[in-house]
Amino acid sequence: MIRVVLPTHLRNLAKVSGEVELEVEGTITQRSVLNALEARYPMLRGTVRDHATQLRRPFVRFFACEQDLSHEPPDSLLPEAVASGREPLYVVGAIAGGAYSRAR
Amino acid sequence: MSKVRVLVGTRKGAFIMTSDGKRQQWEVQGPLFAGWEIYHMKGSPADPNRLYLSQCSGWFGQLIQRSNDGGKTWEPVGNQFAYVGEAGTHQWYDGTSRPWAFKRVWHLEPSLSDPNTVYAGIEDAALFRSADGGQTWQELPGLRGHGSGPRWQPGAGGLCLHTILFDPSNARRMFIAISAAGAFRTDDGGDTWQPINRGLVSQYIPDPKAEVGHCVHRIAMHRSRPNVLFMQKHWDVMRSDNAGESWQEVSGNLPTDFGFVIDVHAHEPETIYVVPIKSDSEHFPLDGKLQVYRSRSGGNDWEPLTKGLPQSNCYVNVLRDAMAVDSMDTCGIYFGTTGGQVYASADAGDNWSPIVRDLPAVLSVEVQTLP
Repeated sequence: MIRVVLPTHLRNLAKVSGEVELEVEGTITQRSVLNALEARYPMLRGTVRDHATQLRRPFVRFFACEQDLSHEPPDSLLPEAVASGREPLYVVGAIAGGAYSRAR
Repeated sequence: MSKVRVLVGTRKGAFIMTSDGKRQQWEVQGPLFAGWEIYHMKGSPADPNRLYLSQCSGWFGQLIQRSNDGGKTWEPVGNQFAYVGEAGTHQWYDGTSRPWAFKRVWHLEPSLSDPNTVYAGIEDAALFRSADGGQTWQELPGLRGHGSGPRWQPGAGGLCLHTILFDPSNARRMFIAISAAGAFRTDDGGDTWQPINRGLVSQYIPDPKAEVGHCVHRIAMHRSRPNVLFMQKHWDVMRSDNAGESWQEVSGNLPTDFGFVIDVHAHEPETIYVVPIKSDSEHFPLDGKLQVYRSRSGGNDWEPLTKGLPQSNCYVNVLRDAMAVDSMDTCGIYFGTTGGQVYASADAGDNWSPIVRDLPAVLSVEVQTLP
């Protein structure tokens, strides 16, 4: 079982509280975990990664085991502690981020 | 007795305000989607309980929410806005070319006749339509594919399609406006478009006959006279009596003709409203006095409306989607400010009072008149 911690806004959107637990087939990578996350919570599609390019949204970050995994290739293996369920994968809204809109 | 429902989008959530026909006592619901920017929320004319809402954030992108019960409950629907074919380029602020890229949905305009059909005006400017209640969205590529597209340039707020108007007498005709490309019209249901900017004069455009490049802030129409359009341009209040074929300035005695909003009285097609803003570099009212101006002659002759509005130390802005009118017997006028006030007048602008004073900055205001 893969554990994922979502930021508040995405927990509210998915109507979940606390961690999300996912069954993930095959190798445990960012891509496979996000595929499973979006399959179970379709309302999250487009919020963590772009619909078309599947690239991480610029102000979303991935952390696990005290490591910033945001720039890892999406098909790289996640740490064994995440794959075994001992540690969660954190999806984080970047603290410095957020493109404040200009004058409308 | 009829009632009204005011739909307010803010920088940090949505609010729904309801009142009876007197429009004196208000019930306020919200914040909905707290913490998210709500660019726009609008109800279907064909089914007032069907609402659509544009929700976005710099972190998590764009969502569209739909309600089937007047805003009590919501469900997220489709949020994929894919341009048709090669995206191509438009101009950036410095005149260089930049690829078209989806940023957000500025405006949602439900069909006049079908609750499941809704149009979306997006940044970077394009028009999308959904015929399945917002589940899926398809671009109307003829607009962005108009030959002038590579010359479109963003206004200060971005390259946004912010206004969508339907002609109630002709289902094939629509008007849209883009900052800073200008106004466009289709007469074939959205397949092809023509710029309708003749007569607009923009100081920053060297060519006085420029087909595109005008920073149109808002267009308004009275449904009984769809060939008569009113426009708040960056500077200048304009009017067209021929569906946009040509425009003439009707700023008249306005103290400043910069502004964002413009709207038309529900029962008097020649009565129009604007909120003058000092200038393009000082986005607040003149002299710290918040004043709505009303013309009962379709422009040129304007009167200030001040009763109940702050007349000192007021330095808010009123953004382009933040004014609306109801269709009660005595027409109600509503607008929201970047200071978080939503003002209402139940007597066509003569007297004003705040519904709320301390919301996040207001991005949009719409009104539904309910049985």
